[in-house]
Amino acid sequence: MLAVWIVVGVVVLLGLWAVYAYNRLVTYRNRAEEGWSQIDVQLRRRYDLIPNLVETVKGYAAHERELFEEVAQARSAAIGATGAAEQASAENAITSGLRKLLAVAENYPDLKASENFLALQEELTGTESKIAYARQYYNEQVRLLNTRIQSFPSSAIAGAFHFERREFFDIEDAARGPVQVDLGRGDGRTPTGS
Amino acid sequence: MHEQIAANKRKTVLLFVLAIAFTGLVGFAIGFLFFNGGVAGVVIAVALAAILSISSYFAGDRLVLASTRAREVTPQEEPRLHNVVEGLAIAAGIPKPRVYVVPEQAPNAFATGRNPEHSSVAVTQGLLDIMNRVELEGVIGHEMSHVLDRDILIGTVVATVVGAAVLMSEFFMRSWFWSGGRMGRRDGGGGGDAGLVALVLFAVGIVLLIIAPIAGQLIKLSVSRNREYLADAQGVLLTRYPPGLIAALEKIRDAPHAMRAANNATAHLWLDQPSRVPGDETSTMEKLFSTHPPIQDRIDRLREM
Repeated sequence: MLAVWIVVGVVVLLGLWAVYAYNRLVTYRNRAEEGWSQIDVQLRRRYDLIPNLVETVKGYAAHERELFEEVAQARSAAIGATGAAEQASAENAITSGLRKLLAVAENYPDLKASENFLALQEELTGTESKIAYARQYYNEQVRLLNTRIQSFPSSAIAGAFHFERREFFDIEDAARGPVQVDLGRGDGRTPTGS
Repeated sequence: MHEQIAANKRKTVLLFVLAIAFTGLVGFAIGFLFFNGGVAGVVIAVALAAILSISSYFAGDRLVLASTRAREVTPQEEPRLHNVVEGLAIAAGIPKPRVYVVPEQAPNAFATGRNPEHSSVAVTQGLLDIMNRVELEGVIGHEMSHVLDRDILIGTVVATVVGAAVLMSEFFMRSWFWSGGRMGRRDGGGGGDAGLVALVLFAVGIVLLIIAPIAGQLIKLSVSRNREYLADAQGVLLTRYPPGLIAALEKIRDAPHAMRAANNATAHLWLDQPSRVPGDETSTMEKLFSTHPPIQDRIDRLREM
């Protein structure tokens, strides 16, 4: 009789642990998803800003046609991208295009002084750093989720319920960091190192 | 980080209990001395503490913001500040706090609220004027850690509860002096054990009343000082850029302005102690009774990271 009770006890404990481990995995997965949707929100905000910025720069520097093309193409490529890795490389193209655009703007004092441009510049800098922060949060959550999925004993639960590892959202070193548009930030800092 | 938050929640509960027990003790002393029996005092004090806790839980942030004359600003008015706050909220994985500006020339900042879902960040006009974006991010990162760790709740609530006890004991001390020390005192001159016990309790009560303001102050300090180091470290973890906060603290250290609205009740909430006199050396006594670690210590610790 005692043996039966011991077996029942062990089974109940195992069951409780499984529920706990499962719920933890769900929490981590939801956090990672939340992080991803936040990146998405910020990337979309940047897509919306690009046409505005291009229009504003056009008003002062109409002949930089090639550059406008490049930025526009990078933008449509990024909107069409699928998967974290492809998205990241498309975003790199946008970042470098925007960098050139803003470098060009340096040559036009009237443009640099225009209220509209300054507001757009702030919006863009803000969005760039939000993308960086969103990526930082997402990668941290993915790291936690992946560790949990791989490490024993939670790996057993993860395998049974098909929890999948997620890709990191990586941006190459060369393109990492916000566009250098804020003149007060002359130290070329990178806000994140993932 | 989540373990840190859990530990902080436990400490919050402990501090609540301590604060209410402390208030009860003071209430007992007052009741015993002035109303012929400590029980009524305890009941009144604890009830008062409970009411205060609850109301400061729900309205403490508004009270703090109003007392500093902070004004909520829109993203159109302060785009840079809003962008920085939103960015760091994303990094911390919490909703964006409300954004306030305090009309004050000394550079400083604080966060208040009860949880990340109901939180506010306030910076002074002076801070906005002298900080560049990286430094502003350092400052907001520090404040965001206070929000994330529920420091804002401890700060707001414990200050209110202990503040009330201090206020009460001060009130009674004064009326005691004014009435020549005879107000409602138990007429226990009959001698014997009862008289002795009454005398001892009487003495304890007096001592308690004298140390209450000091003890209240010390509780407030213990809430604040270590958390500043922690928030510095954690803020830097969010921005991933220690030089930003270091530069910001250096600017605060060297700023020529003192805060006009320096107020004891909210001192511990600010990024740096508002009552600090610019350029003044910190003495040992000052260290013991200050709500914040010396700013140079904080800078040195950040440099070591």
